[in-house]
Amino acid sequence: MNFRTFAAFVGPSVFMMLLFIAFPLVSVFKQSFYITQPVYETVEVETCTPGFLTQTCVTELKSQPKLDEHGEVITRTEYVGLQSYRNVLEPERAWRAITEGNWSVLSTINFWKALRFTLTFTLITLPLVIGFGLGIAVLINNAAGSIRGPVIFISLLPFIITPVIGALSINWLFRGDGILTALLEWWLNRDIALFAQAWTIEILMMFYRVWHVAPFAAVVFYAGLQTVNQDSLESAVIDGATRWQRMKYIVIPHLMPLIIFVSMIHLMDAYRVFEEIVGFSSQAYVISLQWLTFDFLVPDQAGNRSISRASASAMLTMIGIVLLLILPLRRTWRDHKGGH
Amino acid sequence: MSSRALRQPLSLRLTSNIFLAFWCLVAAFPIVWIAIMSVKSPVDAYDSNALNVIFGPATLATGNGLSVLDIILGIAVIWGAAMIVTKVLPAKIKEYTSPGQEWFGWVVGVLVALIAFLLVFFVVLPAVLNILNPLFGPLGRDVLGVTTEHYKTVWVDRGFSNNFKNSLIVTAGVVTVSLTVGTLAGYGLARSGSTLAFWILLIALIFRALPHSVLVAGYLPVFINSAEWLAPILGENAPTLYGKPFAVIAVLVAINQPFTIWMLRSFFQNIPAELDEAARVDGCNHFQAFRRVIMPVMWPGVITTGLFSFLLAYNDFLVTSLLLDAQNQTMVPAIAGMFNRETTTTDQVVAVAAAVSIIAPLFFLVMIFQRQIVSGLTAGAVKG
Repeated sequence: MNFRTFAAFVGPSVFMMLLFIAFPLVSVFKQSFYITQPVYETVEVETCTPGFLTQTCVTELKSQPKLDEHGEVITRTEYVGLQSYRNVLEPERAWRAITEGNWSVLSTINFWKALRFTLTFTLITLPLVIGFGLGIAVLINNAAGSIRGPVIFISLLPFIITPVIGALSINWLFRGDGILTALLEWWLNRDIALFAQAWTIEILMMFYRVWHVAPFAAVVFYAGLQTVNQDSLESAVIDGATRWQRMKYIVIPHLMPLIIFVSMIHLMDAYRVFEEIVGFSSQAYVISLQWLTFDFLVPDQAGNRSISRASASAMLTMIGIVLLLILPLRRTWRDHKGGH
Repeated sequence: MSSRALRQPLSLRLTSNIFLAFWCLVAAFPIVWIAIMSVKSPVDAYDSNALNVIFGPATLATGNGLSVLDIILGIAVIWGAAMIVTKVLPAKIKEYTSPGQEWFGWVVGVLVALIAFLLVFFVVLPAVLNILNPLFGPLGRDVLGVTTEHYKTVWVDRGFSNNFKNSLIVTAGVVTVSLTVGTLAGYGLARSGSTLAFWILLIALIFRALPHSVLVAGYLPVFINSAEWLAPILGENAPTLYGKPFAVIAVLVAINQPFTIWMLRSFFQNIPAELDEAARVDGCNHFQAFRRVIMPVMWPGVITTGLFSFLLAYNDFLVTSLLLDAQNQTMVPAIAGMFNRETTTTDQVVAVAAAVSIIAPLFFLVMIFQRQIVSGLTAGAVKG
């Protein structure tokens, strides 16, 4: 296929990606160095209150936003350098907290708090997803052929439902005197409030994420299990390998590419953790990096969106993505080189 | 298990099946439970005794309930409907449509079946049961508290039907556009081994990893001020892109593009290249080969990719909640508003009913397209 035909086929897609992904990235990068705010002017205001004999008048200086001839607030955009990044990172406070070893102070700064949670969340759920996915796949593979279809149907439900709703449904089971909290209280014979401290919420969020993603891993691994060479399994049995050894030396190495694939997808998705925060309404206790950017973008009570701070935090989030992707991308690059 | 050597002992099979049953319970429980909660009165829905939630005595006390007879007949009607749709309908459609236009027959057939089912289930059946229930004594007495009032509140009073319509517009738009653009690109990438194609795929992979909030931070200021900077091109009636469904469709299509082209590419690679080479030898150019030879055989891949595009658009919270205004809001952000209100338990059960309304279509989607979803999940993985 020559270049012109290729361009004609790929053009629309590339155009959309450039316009709606690459261009916003550049503009976010630029925005993070500028700040747009209303122009304020200082005016002398004389307020008079009626009094006996004469009225009392007070003159004070007030700063108020300047309006143009249509009555709209005039805004000005100015270059502020790294100020927005400083606002998000609060480096002095963070550094002082680190040198003093005072972690509780560090976790009062939203960005560091979000970073801490995002990383813990990603790293803890990763092995759980792989482990449970593999376990469920093996179980389905063991089951009789007739029940595999229905079981896969049920397994797909947590994966397919809207993430916010999935998180909400688990939230409703535990919130207040939800049915599972009631069960736990009856079992442990004590009062439990799962939404009163950060760590219980975090555990619930991780549980939700594993519940949501393990089916995906299971289906992928199940497909991989179908292609395991039965002959080598059989010869392993004859050689006296136990079940565990067969799993370890034949099945897992066979599934390795799939395990890497699922881990990659999961790393990318877990790093973007966001829906859990909304579904569990946990913003008072636990926030994630993507939620931080989202929060800056939501208009505050005065209707202002802190675009430049959002851009700065978005750019900082990006750094994480780059670090996450360097290794796999190098591998793809080497494969490509090797392939040609 | 084909071979004797690999046969497992009974105890192992038993344990394995018990664990599998446990997993199914864990997977289905939250979803089933909120479905049950949504048809109970608030007192029952938040009862700490599970049996009270299931049987709903408080709901029953308000006069909303189902008798044993209701349940039996209801299940019979659902089962009958399922039988008709799976057995009779395909045959009828084959009979009445000419080949090549089956899809039209399917659309009409499914619509007719749906309307007929709703009529029978919600109009005819209650009328018949009203007459039958008193005649059957204990069988006709209400035993299970069930109420549909929360669904009425959600769909009628809270204007959820408007959100539903918006969701429909956004998802339909996203699926159509992203498949059109994506199929072309996927085909081009699958048939070209050039370095450029590799780079496009690699960059698409990076784009796939981007958090959506990063992109939205880029769109927001541009969209809000779009009337200003579009004015030189479009003149007076330049639109403000913020809050417009078509702007969100474009954004979601772009966000979805990396995934779509990777997936469609892997499907196209499974279609042998000899097929279009043969067409080219017969005198087609690339576009004709694509149109006449590839398009007829590409549908399984396209349907699968379409399903995933649908899921992305339908499930999205972040982009739609930030870029759409209240009046064009889709269902998922709308429910977050409902949940955060959280004033009374009634409000909460209403939110539960809204949540169930949102996931009900997904349930049917998995039921119908299970095979395509599984093949889609594994398609990307085969390449490793």
